[in-house]
Amino acid sequence: MATREILGKQLEFDDDNHLKNGKDWNPELATELAKEEGINNLTDRHWLVINFMRKEYEAKGDAPSIRKLTKESGVETKELYALFPKGPAKKAAKIAGLPKPTGCI
Amino acid sequence: MENTNNYSPIEKVSIIISKGSLEGVYPGLIMANGARMAGIDANLFFTFFGLEAIIEKKMDNLKVSTVGNPAMHMPTVIGSIPGMSAIATSMMKKEMEKIDIPPVREFITMIHDAGCNIYACKATVDMFHLAKDNFCSDLDDIISVGQFYEASAGANIIFT
Repeated sequence: MATREILGKQLEFDDDNHLKNGKDWNPELATELAKEEGINNLTDRHWLVINFMRKEYEAKGDAPSIRKLTKESGVETKELYALFPKGPAKKAAKIAGLPKPTGCI
Repeated sequence: MENTNNYSPIEKVSIIISKGSLEGVYPGLIMANGARMAGIDANLFFTFFGLEAIIEKKMDNLKVSTVGNPAMHMPTVIGSIPGMSAIATSMMKKEMEKIDIPPVREFITMIHDAGCNIYACKATVDMFHLAKDNFCSDLDDIISVGQFYEASAGANIIFT
């Protein structure tokens, strides 16, 4: 666990570098977290994925599977990997301020 | 689970699928998809009966094997009754759907769209007198063992 300052606020992160407290999250923070992941500009399509993941997490307590994400958000697999290169599941969850997804699919 | 050791993370995997039963094919598919999800480069190489998973006319009809598998907890004489394999297959497919594991064809497209290369083994293709048009459109290429090793440079090779 580590504490880092982002946008003038001390924030706690878990061992996987995911935001510890969901209530610390806001869209401005997401933009900063995205930069840390090498995504300098969050487009509407990024936000579609991020918001879908947050909604699913709120309802189910875990991030959605890639299959569910692509089927229900309307963002197809290829695009998802283009939006979040190097691992869409973990990356999108990190930016969305959620813990690392636990699913296998 | 935390990464508490000092080993460097896996960056690339080449997964070989050599069996054509449903339970023989899925582990490799799940591992390939899981690799891409985690940002790990991946190749899938289908050989021998594993080829059935990418043959256009076979891939939708893979079955669970009910004989020769002690973990089925079913005597061979029962497992060999016609229809047993179909029942076991339908049960397994239902359970997989529940945990969001797609059918073989959809899964292979998903894995391919995720950036994993899909290869068929040339020796097996020749042995079974197959050609590229016998395969689903997600097949990238038919390659030799030598080409497989070349494509696997820097990868961990996993045989299933």
